[in-house]
Amino acid sequence: MSETISLEKVVIKFAGDSGDGMQLAGTLFTDTAAILGNQIATFPDFPSEIRAPQGTVAGVSGFQINFGSSGVHSPGDSPDVLVAMNPAALKANMHNLKPACTVILDGDSFSKKDWEKAGFSANPLEDNSLSDYTVIVAPVTSLTKTNLADLGLDNKAADRCKNMFALGLIYWLFNLPTDQTIQFYEQKFANKPGVKDANIRALRAGINYGEIIQAHTSTYSILPADTKPGLYRNITGNQATAWGLMAAANKVNRDLFLGTYPITPATDILHELSKHKWNGIKIFQAEDEIAGICSAIGASFGGNVAVTTTSGPGMALKTEAIGLAVMTELPLVIVNVQRGGPSTGLPTKTEQSDLSEAIYGRPGDSPLAVIAASTPADCFDWAYEAVRIAVEHVTPVILLSESYIANGAEPWRIKDMKDLPEIKIDQSGAIDSWKPYSRDNNKKSRVWVNAGMKGFEHRIGGLEKESESGNVSYSPKNHEEMCKQRREKIDAIADYIPLQKYKGKNADKLLVVGWGGQFGILLGAVMHLQEKGKNIAFTNFNYIKPLPKNTAEIFSKFETILVCELNDGQFADYLRAELPQFSYVQFNKMQGQPFTIEELCDKFNQILEK
Amino acid sequence: MESTQLKCSLSARDFASNQQVKWCPGCGDYAVLSAVQKTLADLGIQKENVAFVSGIGCSSRFPYYMSTYGFHTIHGRASAVASGLKIANPDLSVWIISGDGDSLAIGGNHFIHVIRRNMNMNLILFNNEIYGLTKGQYSPTTKKGHVTKSSPHGTIENPFIPGELALGAGAKFYARVPDTNVKLMTQVFTDAEKHNGFSLVEVLQNCVIFNDDVHLAITGKESKDENQLILEHGKPMLFGKESKKGIRLNGLRLEVVTLGENGISEKDILVHDALNPDPTLHAMLVRMKLPDFPVAMGIIRNVEADVYNDLLTEQIDQEKQKSKFRSPDDLFRSGNTFKVG
Repeated sequence: MSETISLEKVVIKFAGDSGDGMQLAGTLFTDTAAILGNQIATFPDFPSEIRAPQGTVAGVSGFQINFGSSGVHSPGDSPDVLVAMNPAALKANMHNLKPACTVILDGDSFSKKDWEKAGFSANPLEDNSLSDYTVIVAPVTSLTKTNLADLGLDNKAADRCKNMFALGLIYWLFNLPTDQTIQFYEQKFANKPGVKDANIRALRAGINYGEIIQAHTSTYSILPADTKPGLYRNITGNQATAWGLMAAANKVNRDLFLGTYPITPATDILHELSKHKWNGIKIFQAEDEIAGICSAIGASFGGNVAVTTTSGPGMALKTEAIGLAVMTELPLVIVNVQRGGPSTGLPTKTEQSDLSEAIYGRPGDSPLAVIAASTPADCFDWAYEAVRIAVEHVTPVILLSESYIANGAEPWRIKDMKDLPEIKIDQSGAIDSWKPYSRDNNKKSRVWVNAGMKGFEHRIGGLEKESESGNVSYSPKNHEEMCKQRREKIDAIADYIPLQKYKGKNADKLLVVGWGGQFGILLGAVMHLQEKGKNIAFTNFNYIKPLPKNTAEIFSKFETILVCELNDGQFADYLRAELPQFSYVQFNKMQGQPFTIEELCDKFNQILEK
Repeated sequence: MESTQLKCSLSARDFASNQQVKWCPGCGDYAVLSAVQKTLADLGIQKENVAFVSGIGCSSRFPYYMSTYGFHTIHGRASAVASGLKIANPDLSVWIISGDGDSLAIGGNHFIHVIRRNMNMNLILFNNEIYGLTKGQYSPTTKKGHVTKSSPHGTIENPFIPGELALGAGAKFYARVPDTNVKLMTQVFTDAEKHNGFSLVEVLQNCVIFNDDVHLAITGKESKDENQLILEHGKPMLFGKESKKGIRLNGLRLEVVTLGENGISEKDILVHDALNPDPTLHAMLVRMKLPDFPVAMGIIRNVEADVYNDLLTEQIDQEKQKSKFRSPDDLFRSGNTFKVG
């Protein structure tokens, strides 16, 4: 009998060929772990090719999950347990294994041909290169097939159940129940009993295999999580973004309009919203990125809560139209799920390198609001907030998400529509002395009048507007005045957003500054050092333009400000322009991968030890 | 009763905005503007229910001169903006105003797709075969060999025939009118607005500054009767001063014939069927050009088909009926949820 060890948190990575079903195995594991009340964070990492050549490192698809009772702020740096379905998956992850990590391999996939294809010069099972790890070599392929032999499946169909065998093995290792996964197959394949039975049987075979051969000297259980009580569900960033947009449109009682063109990694927002026509959501899959945003601008003129979603290359195409939305001062939410750039760049990898583009990337003086989401679940809140700013301040808003949080999942404490903050569309200005470009005294915004309202017929367009009347004007003084009015409108948003918070009230030496989706990893690293008594604090920005009003006040408390971001220093440069009285140290990473806690801690320690 | 009616019905002048019209004196755009204003008055539409959406170019200033809702967008994108507007508010009468450069060059992609989708909107294509606002470069409809500022040695490009492109994209309503015939324009605009679906009206429009008289052979007082075939659904395709000439189908080709010559009588003349779903003959009519043929005018094609906006509304209504969700709260709580604490 093996002993059971209790752990606080564990990182598991499933890796295999693009067609091996690793994303599904990872997702099913996530559901099980979450339902047990664990904190979780996931990181799917896959190639941009749908099916890259089998057995090669280029084709490896991975799904990493960090789960545990506390302190799970990110998917984790490197796995405690790696499941590698072939030599290529092992090769792709070998540089990033924790010491004493458990490696589960499919022994059937280690023929000479296989390990040569993966780029090994010798069989890694035989050359001692895995001697630092606990290696479980299970005949996954052959046992899966043997177990399914009497179901009459063809070779290919049986092969497809390998991932469930591997998942079963993991369930055994962590003493996790299979109910959730079995239920998934029963629902999803209710009409295909063959597929359903095969997968469930493979799952059980994996568990049995672990039990019978006692593959590992000890199994693990995860301590219960200390999570805020409530009703939860797992959610990815893109799903949360879609739902946040929907919730906001419902809150203001307007139809949601999405004008968009498919692009990785933003497309899942389109997929998600397309399912919800019952909510009156209008989806327009346009002929290109330009038509996507232009249709949204038209829909906004018509009174819908209008959204366009895209990623870097699409942002470039939308640029001229964003300028039109700035000039016509219409509410519009532009969601940019960032990926590695420039150009086609790294379509399936993460980066934060569209920040400068979001803030500055338009011809003319063209200010708009920029905000960023920081975790998969809080994409809901920031999508909601993007709509609030757009319709209350009558302006385009860019919401920056990033591949890392868009595809990643974590538990979301389900919100009630009635508890969501109020969003107020103020058309009271459109009553007496209304003019198309007359402005609210405080917000400096014009009234969002919608085409179809009787008595307010007016013309808007990309040509410069005369202040108040909105008629075309080429007057030099008027243009300068209007440039100022457009800037003041965006600046005024700072009066309607909360103050910036930071963690580490007693610290005064090092302030770690992040923005957007690297929040969880940065927090994990800072908390790790805080627990060791280090003089370090952390603040993560969601409001980018305008910045919260107390930003300078926070910065002034610290000796060193370290800006950490997945680009070549764009937020640091922006801060230098906005708050030049401080000096900023940078920590940048441009590898298409998130930060690791280890590299962050090394960097922080270097500075703290100076 | 009478006074209420008076209050509601607007005159053509009521559709003019207070902005000074700034087209060149003699520009063909003036005629289109007045035909559109007359059309809306005739149809008894209210100002708040109409929106004009334009791109960039001389003609795209059009919305500023209307007292309705208007949106002067960016180059080539009017159709895309209009599509979103129409989806957001399907009750609006949406008119896209665009030129040959705007719709067939920079906005070519949106042009074919807006036709393909068949939303219930109208597009007036001002075709003057030249870029006016940028002062005289050749456009996608400029005739091959034509000398312009950007083609001092004559263009070497083949022009689009807008109607041919439109039919290729699946147009259900296509008409062609000269800017010299306000009566025909008004008639065609009225039918375009009444057509449930996407209506494309190409106006052969004269640019007095950069391409003066480009359509003169077709529209000139002396030549217009001989050089225009004004089509009417259900009527024989006759033209010429005394309506003695006609169009006959000879094998797979059209030919011009004269009544009374070689035994030709009216029964040999093609009768125009704008409602025929098969676009073959419509395409042949679209392609007719001088000097061998008169240029076809009027409504060439007018076919009913599924309309995007109706289908969208239908889908949404169906989903509202079918779905187990009534509010986002239902959705948020569906599927795998779990309680903590």
